[in-house]
Amino acid sequence: MTEPLLEVKGLQAWYGESHVLHGVDLTVHKGETVTLLGRNGAGKTTTLKSIIGVIRKRQGQISLKGTNILPLPLHHVAKRGLGYVPEERGIFASLDVHENLMLPPKVAEGGFSLDEIYTLFPNLAERRRSQGTKLSGGEQQMLAIARILRTGADVLLLDEPTEGLAPVIVQRIGDVIRALKEKGMTILLVEQNFRFARRVADRFYVMEDGHMIDSFRADELAGRMDSLHETLGL
Amino acid sequence: MTMIFGYPLPALLSQLLIGLINGSFYAMLSLGLAVIFGMLRVINFAHGAQYMLGAFFAWFLLRYFEVGYWPSLILAPLGVALISVVLEKVFLSRVYKLDHLYGLLLTFGLALIIEGMFRHWYGTSGQPYSIPSVFTGALNLGFMILPIYRGWVIVASLVICLATWLLIEKTQFGAYLRAATENPTLVQSFGVNVPRLLTLTYALGAGLAALAGVLAAPIYQVSPLMGQNIIIVVFAVVVIGGMGSILGAVVTGYMLGLVEGLTKVFYPEASSTVIFVIMVVVLLLRPAGLFGKE
Ligand SMILES: Nc1ncnc2c1ncn2[C@@H]1O[C@H](COP(=O)(O)OP(=O)(O)OP(=O)(O)O)[C@@H](O)[C@H]1O
Ligand SMILES: [Mg+2]
Repeated sequence: MTEPLLEVKGLQAWYGESHVLHGVDLTVHKGETVTLLGRNGAGKTTTLKSIIGVIRKRQGQISLKGTNILPLPLHHVAKRGLGYVPEERGIFASLDVHENLMLPPKVAEGGFSLDEIYTLFPNLAERRRSQGTKLSGGEQQMLAIARILRTGADVLLLDEPTEGLAPVIVQRIGDVIRALKEKGMTILLVEQNFRFARRVADRFYVMEDGHMIDSFRADELAGRMDSLHETLGL
Repeated sequence: MTMIFGYPLPALLSQLLIGLINGSFYAMLSLGLAVIFGMLRVINFAHGAQYMLGAFFAWFLLRYFEVGYWPSLILAPLGVALISVVLEKVFLSRVYKLDHLYGLLLTFGLALIIEGMFRHWYGTSGQPYSIPSVFTGALNLGFMILPIYRGWVIVASLVICLATWLLIEKTQFGAYLRAATENPTLVQSFGVNVPRLLTLTYALGAGLAALAGVLAAPIYQVSPLMGQNIIIVVFAVVVIGGMGSILGAVVTGYMLGLVEGLTKVFYPEASSTVIFVIMVVVLLLRPAGLFGKE
């Protein structure tokens, strides 16, 4: 196996006084799609936010391509190729679709061109002059992913991209993620919908109460179903 | 002579024109305040001081370096913007995380210090600043004699307001500003240096105030008190237009200048209070301001 592209060790994080992550370890190798599972409130979002650095009260080690990014200012992290799509999508109301798409600065060569994006997401092309938040939930999710693809980031943190979306749209997002995999992107995906996740993931981690409690390969999923149903409360 | 509601038309028109000139300054100043408030959530009480500094900068340049009006129109705003960068980095950036009130108190304190220093050095009387030679003279409009310089101020302020609006609505820098107003953390996570964006925004707002100060110098004289006199009115304009609304600030600025002019014709006793009366009414009926989001 190659050197891990993203390696998190002993990550702890706090919201004010409240201690939420208690030492999270995870690794993601180049070109892998790794899925983080866990119940509501397990700390999945907090893990992604701590990796990108939106949460500043953190301890531990986060190395991206060999550098510890934890001490870096937030705006330096994206430049190392880390792209973040937040759970709430973060589409800007005062920007139209096109402006939302063009907002994140390019961080590397090799991002999707505008043509490629509008081909991949024809809905966005049609509505390029609409106010960002006037899009449907699914379109907003597409926009949130598309704008990161433009930047050339090669490590993506996706927080529940299928949350609250209709099955057809979920299918579509699945296609997009597989297309990204084929392009060689490295993806850390937070997902509760593991019927969706099993289509794209190479490996899984399971979180509970701010700890990693399990990890396994995709081909081991079938044997874990019962215990997973129990931990995830499905 | 043509009369309107019993008033001679020429008197009416000339007061409207004077109102438009005052309105030009209200618009430029409230625009800068709105830009700063939109992004930094700070009510910049130092805005009047920055306006005054712009005028003094031009005056210094002329008096000690023989640098005239045109270069000053660029150099003074740049100088004041630079001073404001230091103020933002040293003082303001420390209070963003606190209640808005701290930013207001801080900038109020800064204004008192800056204006106090200038009053100490230059007293309260104004220093004259002569009109650039191309703009000397006056235009006979038939109903009034318009000093050409004042016509230039109206045109310049319209251009400045339009340019600022374009900057914010149509450029990538403007897109960063608008997005960071909504969610600075997310914008920063995309790799945009948001702290620097805040500094630049403050410098931009202060630079606009200084530019207005240079434009004002030949009309109102350069005095340490010039900022204090106008800034309270400008705050009322911003409240009436709606905090943080760029378009609101500009339109309300011109509009209230005109209203003030009209009041001088119809009920001169109220001309200096009419804006505050409107402010009270707006606050009662539409507290978010005429252009603010409810
Ligand atoms: N802003 C906040 N302030 C304080 N506590 C928070 C905050 N956000 C989350 N928490 C707490 O941190 C814990 C982990 O939350 P987190 O959002 O990481 O969970 P999650 O696994 O992403 O859940 P979900 O599946 O519902 O998105 C929860 O107990 C939550 O209540
Ligand atoms: Mg979450």
